Amino acid sequence: MARDTLTGSRIRERRAMAGIRQSELAREVGISASYLNLIEHNRRRIGGKLLVDIAQVLGVEPSLLSEGAEAALIATLREAAADAPSVQSELDRVDEFAGRFPGWAELIADNHRRVGTLERVAATLTDRLTHDPHLATSMHEVLTMVTAIRSTAGILAETKEIEPEWRNRFQRNLNEDSQRLAESTQQLVTYLDGAGDVGASLTSPMEEVEMMLAEHNYRFTDLEESDEGLEAFIEAQPQLTSHASRDVALGVLRQLRRDAVMMPRASFGKAMGEWGLDFPRLVKEFRAPMAAVMRRISILSNDFWSSPIGMVVCDGSGTLIFRKPVEGFAVPRFSAACPKWPLFQALNRPLRPIHQTVTVTGRDARQFDCYAISETIGPLEFNEDPLYHAFMLVVPIEGDAGATREVGSTCRVCPSLDCVGRREPSILVDGI
Amino acid sequence: MGKSVLLIEDEPNIIEAISFILSRDGWAVSTHSNGHDAVDVVRGAVPDILILDVMLPGKSGFDILRELRETHGPESLPVLMLTARGQLKDREMAEKAGVNRFMTKPFSNAEVLEAVRDLVDA
Repeated sequence: MARDTLTGSRIRERRAMAGIRQSELAREVGISASYLNLIEHNRRRIGGKLLVDIAQVLGVEPSLLSEGAEAALIATLREAAADAPSVQSELDRVDEFAGRFPGWAELIADNHRRVGTLERVAATLTDRLTHDPHLATSMHEVLTMVTAIRSTAGILAETKEIEPEWRNRFQRNLNEDSQRLAESTQQLVTYLDGAGDVGASLTSPMEEVEMMLAEHNYRFTDLEESDEGLEAFIEAQPQLTSHASRDVALGVLRQLRRDAVMMPRASFGKAMGEWGLDFPRLVKEFRAPMAAVMRRISILSNDFWSSPIGMVVCDGSGTLIFRKPVEGFAVPRFSAACPKWPLFQALNRPLRPIHQTVTVTGRDARQFDCYAISETIGPLEFNEDPLYHAFMLVVPIEGDAGATREVGSTCRVCPSLDCVGRREPSILVDGI
Repeated sequence: MGKSVLLIEDEPNIIEAISFILSRDGWAVSTHSNGHDAVDVVRGAVPDILILDVMLPGKSGFDILRELRETHGPESLPVLMLTARGQLKDREMAEKAGVNRFMTKPFSNAEVLEAVRDLVDA
């Protein structure tokens, strides 16, 4: 049933919510109860003054009765239904449901949004708990201190006769350990304080650099023109809290500057606009390596493309060393990424560009065009195996690209049970 | 002279506390604090029982135990393993490596003493 024919259902629902009897409402607006009954069962159309009068008695805007639930609510309900095969047969009645039971519909939509948020938080926290070396080390340190204190305190409390020399020694140990425990727990609490805001908690120099880049929307026009003042610029960035993060930032921005010299912002942006992601043409025109072209596309996409383009870089061990995030393509913070990413295929086939369209597993099932290549780093030496970095552009696809290769983020939060690349069980299926 | 215990642990104050309670109970306690040469130290003077921490500098307690089990079975060398990591997989790794008993930190003095007595009497 179309949404605009459900005005009667909405009136009936709103009337019931307001606790007004059908006959009362009919009397208030000057119509018979039987006519209102026909309206409420969508068997008579309603509009104009009568609709305004009914809305006034019910204390709602007329548009709420005539237009029904917002399109966003309908869309969210459809999204929620996508996870439940049992309601697929009733999907065409979602409008009717939202119109007749707006309160329940809103509740389902709210819960669906909440489930999505909690899944993201669970994914991040599980990633941290499972793979965060800082947390594991801190917890180990705390437990070791607690053990030492418990054992020493036990000796002092339970040993009836203890030589003064031993007593003094254990009291000194107790004092030392309690101080170390206080420091360890303070550091741990400081670290965990960021847990509520998992997206903002910084744990590594690279993450601080990524936060700084995002803060500038990846736009460094002045630095692209000249690298004068680069170090002062880095010193002034509040996100870079350590020497290590400033050092990493220096390397990233110097590379950005080198890329900008080869591919100036204005001309490269214009070429992107005219040719799109025509890599061979861009490589030829700007005489730049493929990986550099990919980096430049990603950085300039925020200004010259319909939507930001993501980028992931890994070293030869597969460790992710740079991330420019893009919505819908989750990149793990600590744990190893999905081995099915084209990034890792590129690592296995150096210098061979790879293009693959992928669908990310999970609720949103977003699709992306991925372009990847691995290139050597450092100068080539005779009889020395070169080292490689792999680069992958992640381009969001609008619309449905059809059946494509499925990839995940990381095994712990991937629902694909029969994946041959699975390293460990998924908490989305088995729980934590 | 009582039976011998070798404690391999890298936290000095835990070494001191455990050594104290075992000595008071009549055990001859010796200690070692790194994983590098732990296997050689044990084989050089095999104790009646070995107390082994998991996280040691140089080599993990799991690796040390695996190597020791090539020459000394659980009967001839009882091993009590100490760890701050109580995860199931750590326990499974310890059992696979051939541990006699696995104890997670923080433990009490009485628990350590009881475990040592049990393992040597067993």
